[in-house]
Amino acid sequence: MSKPEIAPRKRFLAENPSVLWFLGCLALFTLGVTVLSEGFGLAILSTSMVKILGMTLCLCLIAVAMDVVWGYCGILSLGHFAFFGLGGYAVGMWLMYARTEGIVISSLSGAPIPPTQGEIENAIATQIFGVVGSNELPWLWGFAHSLTLQLMMVVLVPGLLALVFGWLAFRSRVTGVYLSILTQAMTLALSLYLFQNDTGLRGNNGLSGLQNIPGLDHLPQSTLSLWFFWASALALGLGYLLFAWLVSGKFGSVIRAIRDNEARVRFLGYDVESYKLVIFTLTAVVSAIAGALYYPQAGIINPAEIAPIASIYLAVWVAIGGRGRLYGAVIGAAVVSLASSWFTGGGALNINLGIYTINWTDWWLVLLGLGFVAVTLFFPRGIGGLFDMIVRKP
Amino acid sequence: MRSFLLLARLVVTVLAIGLLSLLRPSEGLAQEGLQPLLQEYQAEIAKPSRSTVESVLDALMAADRPGTAEFLLRWQDRGVYERPDDGLFFYAEEGGDALRLIDIDSGAAVAEVSSREVNQIRPNSGVRGVIAAALVPFELNAPEPARRAVALDAIARSGEASQIDPLSRSIETETDPVLKERKERLLTLLTAQFASALPYRLAAIEGLSGDTSIEARGVLNQLTTRSPGVGTALPEGANMARVLEVGTDISEVEAYDRLVAANLAPPRQSATDRRDVLAQHIVDGAVGGVPLHLLNTDAARTRAYEALEAEGAVPPRAAEDEVARAVAAHAFYEVYTEPNAEVTTAAEDALATTSRALGLYQTLDLVLDGLSLASIFFLAAIGLAITFGVMGVINMAHGEFIMMGAYTGYVVQLFIPDYTVSLIVALPLAFVVTFGAGVAMERLVIRHLYTRPLETLLATFGISIALQQLAKNIFGTQARPLTAPDWLSGALTLNDIVSISNIRVAIFVLALIFLTLLLFILKRTRLGLEVRAVTQNPGMAASMGIDPDRINMLTFGLGSGIAGIAGVAIGLYAQVTSEMGANYIVQSFMTVVVGGVGNVWGTLAGASMIGFLQKGIEWFNPSNTLAAQTYMVLFVILFIQFRPKGIVALKGRAAGD
Repeated sequence: MSKPEIAPRKRFLAENPSVLWFLGCLALFTLGVTVLSEGFGLAILSTSMVKILGMTLCLCLIAVAMDVVWGYCGILSLGHFAFFGLGGYAVGMWLMYARTEGIVISSLSGAPIPPTQGEIENAIATQIFGVVGSNELPWLWGFAHSLTLQLMMVVLVPGLLALVFGWLAFRSRVTGVYLSILTQAMTLALSLYLFQNDTGLRGNNGLSGLQNIPGLDHLPQSTLSLWFFWASALALGLGYLLFAWLVSGKFGSVIRAIRDNEARVRFLGYDVESYKLVIFTLTAVVSAIAGALYYPQAGIINPAEIAPIASIYLAVWVAIGGRGRLYGAVIGAAVVSLASSWFTGGGALNINLGIYTINWTDWWLVLLGLGFVAVTLFFPRGIGGLFDMIVRKP
Repeated sequence: MRSFLLLARLVVTVLAIGLLSLLRPSEGLAQEGLQPLLQEYQAEIAKPSRSTVESVLDALMAADRPGTAEFLLRWQDRGVYERPDDGLFFYAEEGGDALRLIDIDSGAAVAEVSSREVNQIRPNSGVRGVIAAALVPFELNAPEPARRAVALDAIARSGEASQIDPLSRSIETETDPVLKERKERLLTLLTAQFASALPYRLAAIEGLSGDTSIEARGVLNQLTTRSPGVGTALPEGANMARVLEVGTDISEVEAYDRLVAANLAPPRQSATDRRDVLAQHIVDGAVGGVPLHLLNTDAARTRAYEALEAEGAVPPRAAEDEVARAVAAHAFYEVYTEPNAEVTTAAEDALATTSRALGLYQTLDLVLDGLSLASIFFLAAIGLAITFGVMGVINMAHGEFIMMGAYTGYVVQLFIPDYTVSLIVALPLAFVVTFGAGVAMERLVIRHLYTRPLETLLATFGISIALQQLAKNIFGTQARPLTAPDWLSGALTLNDIVSISNIRVAIFVLALIFLTLLLFILKRTRLGLEVRAVTQNPGMAASMGIDPDRINMLTFGLGSGIAGIAGVAIGLYAQVTSEMGANYIVQSFMTVVVGGVGNVWGTLAGASMIGFLQKGIEWFNPSNTLAAQTYMVLFVILFIQFRPKGIVALKGRAAGD
């Protein structure tokens, strides 16, 4: 029984040497960062740098998901960052609740009479929601006390949203540009909803203090940051493997066929809508997991993170990296997001032109925008296309 | 020397007062003028205060001597002087260093003195207010219409029963038709509020029914003011508004709170209070026999408290059944403050009629609001509808063209200070600038991507972020004003409820002009014919001698240029920032998609639907625009499920794919 399961797996890795290459690079990178980190090694990389790298790995993961849904299946979703944010919110709720609970219990422990459960919950609610003028825990937070339940929410909420939305959209044959606009509208609706103070997620204050992990207060941030870095690397590796396997077989052929000519695939008897729905939902779930790993490293999440523009940037990364190849998405996300923080963080030297000084914090977006136009016009294969040239030219 | 003078003054004053008091009984003499009467209240007039001024005014009014009004006016304006030597009052005129004293009764100049020799009487603002109120009846008949209007304003601010008579008398002599109408209105309002004769009052109240002005509604609301009451039985003879049923009209908790507020029941004990009481009674690590560590549930705390209650150590608290019993034993009701039932019934009837009229006007107002929002969406989206609809190109930089138009308007205003002229210059200039930008973008970028529509989306997004950042680098991050000329800054006001600002009317007109213009271009010109031909079948159009490249370029320029003009219009009422375009882009896309692609009428339908819908949702929850937008977007998502091609869908081959 077990033989047929193992056999295609071997074939898959043998057929896709790029997967092994990628996993090897990722392992080396992880090892390198660990050795250079402040928590375990030579302390050459600061804790905040480790966090930035860990966050970049999470962005790479969602870029891989985006590549599958857009580069392989042809659905230009402008809503995957919404799922990313939802995952972050789901985890953030537990982090914030559990941490506040710890603070409340320790502050109430001095009282002559032990607090009741109701009093503790009231105090937590006041702590968390005082900022939006409420002192009641909204129903949304019903599961926030339990890490297990909330981790299930990370998968379930975005998964269900993607399932329902995808089912509605694909069923009525919304395709192409219209689908992009529809997903963008969904993202806009979600961020507008979260921006309201009375919807139970603290409005535009968002959730904060997520870098403090309840129960692990004794560990320094340098150690925690490394743990999250490892978790992000593991998630990226697993996600990459999953998607690489998914797009390599017959399933992958069908979704690529859908990208190239949807009508023809339908006439061949394939249930196009189901394929799209599976891809859309699966990538949404992976995006949510990436978000759940990203925001504890970022420390704060607010509705602005979900704004439609974030999802468009995601598409930009994938396009720059090169669509239709998973490592391209990883390269695009890593290069653009790291370059972004390098340029806007003042890493690049200003250029003095005599009459005008080019200040990169101001001009980086102009450069990115124009660079992006150039990539779309002249290198539709993106950075990943360079590899083709190297591999195939000789 | 000085004290002697003072003494002399005192003696003179006393003598004068003595003399006057001797004269007082003599009617004949008193009839002669105002001065003697004023002298009776010498002290109160010379040093007026809130507590004395009323009685003085009453006496002056009652005597009604000639010149009273003028005196009051001057008194109020600090134009009355007292001569300390004899205590007489004078008006005065400035004449160089000296003051020319004028006799109050004769109006003749009697003396010239230096300002040190007389005391100017300076009533404080409270006193001046009282005097002004007393002046109102006089002012109502003042010769200048402006003064009459001021008096009417004063009555409208603080009406009193005493003003009814002077007001009704002044109506007959009123010559100004506008003021006459206002006087009649105010009389109705005052009569409804204060008239002592019931039939008049009821008639006045009925006259107010259907009147949607704020004043009329204020009067009616005041007449129907209710105050909550509670007691063991319903009060006799009170003008009862309604009896509250506990459970339906009022919750039990609320009812008990009212009992507590009326001192008819002991307050309910809060959980915090109970905890504090328990904490005070800890004995040997236990409260009322319950060990401390078990006191972390409500049930255990109740048990501990009841044990303490049994010991008599704590006061009994209001338990649930006691609360229920106390609530059941009392009646809860609302009484009108106005004691007369006929009046309140008439007022309630009038209010009901008014609220129907009000509903009508509010609907009208809502429709106007929706219309203006729809015109804004239409203006923002119509350019997009041309490029997206006709050419199938998604232009994410469309919002930035709107922004460019608005900044063009701003820059023009920097050079041309006259707002009207600058607006006239800015509109075509914005069109030219964005037309140029659109053509450049089409030539340089979009032309190469016609076969890859999704990539146009991304390339134009790149242009969009670059343009946005460029604008930020050039103009800074703070909002720039684009000031509307004066003739656009007012509002068209129908009544207190329905009004619409002129800018919005102008935007509506602009939207209409564009609609007509576009329809004309597309349906009646050579260019429009060629555009439609290229839209339907580029290959065939090309073989008929139409240059698709040229048509695409012009179409794109036209769409962009309209975005620029829309930018000027939007900038007039919203602020000009580098991100203003981004705020409209998603809405514009939704407008185009909902309306149906490739059709001007479709865009109009989409804009109307989205505009009216958003205003409609806002009406249900006016405090929350975000929620309205959220539900709007959700609705659009659902709508597209059922009509994926929009409201006006192209049929046949033109629909293409």
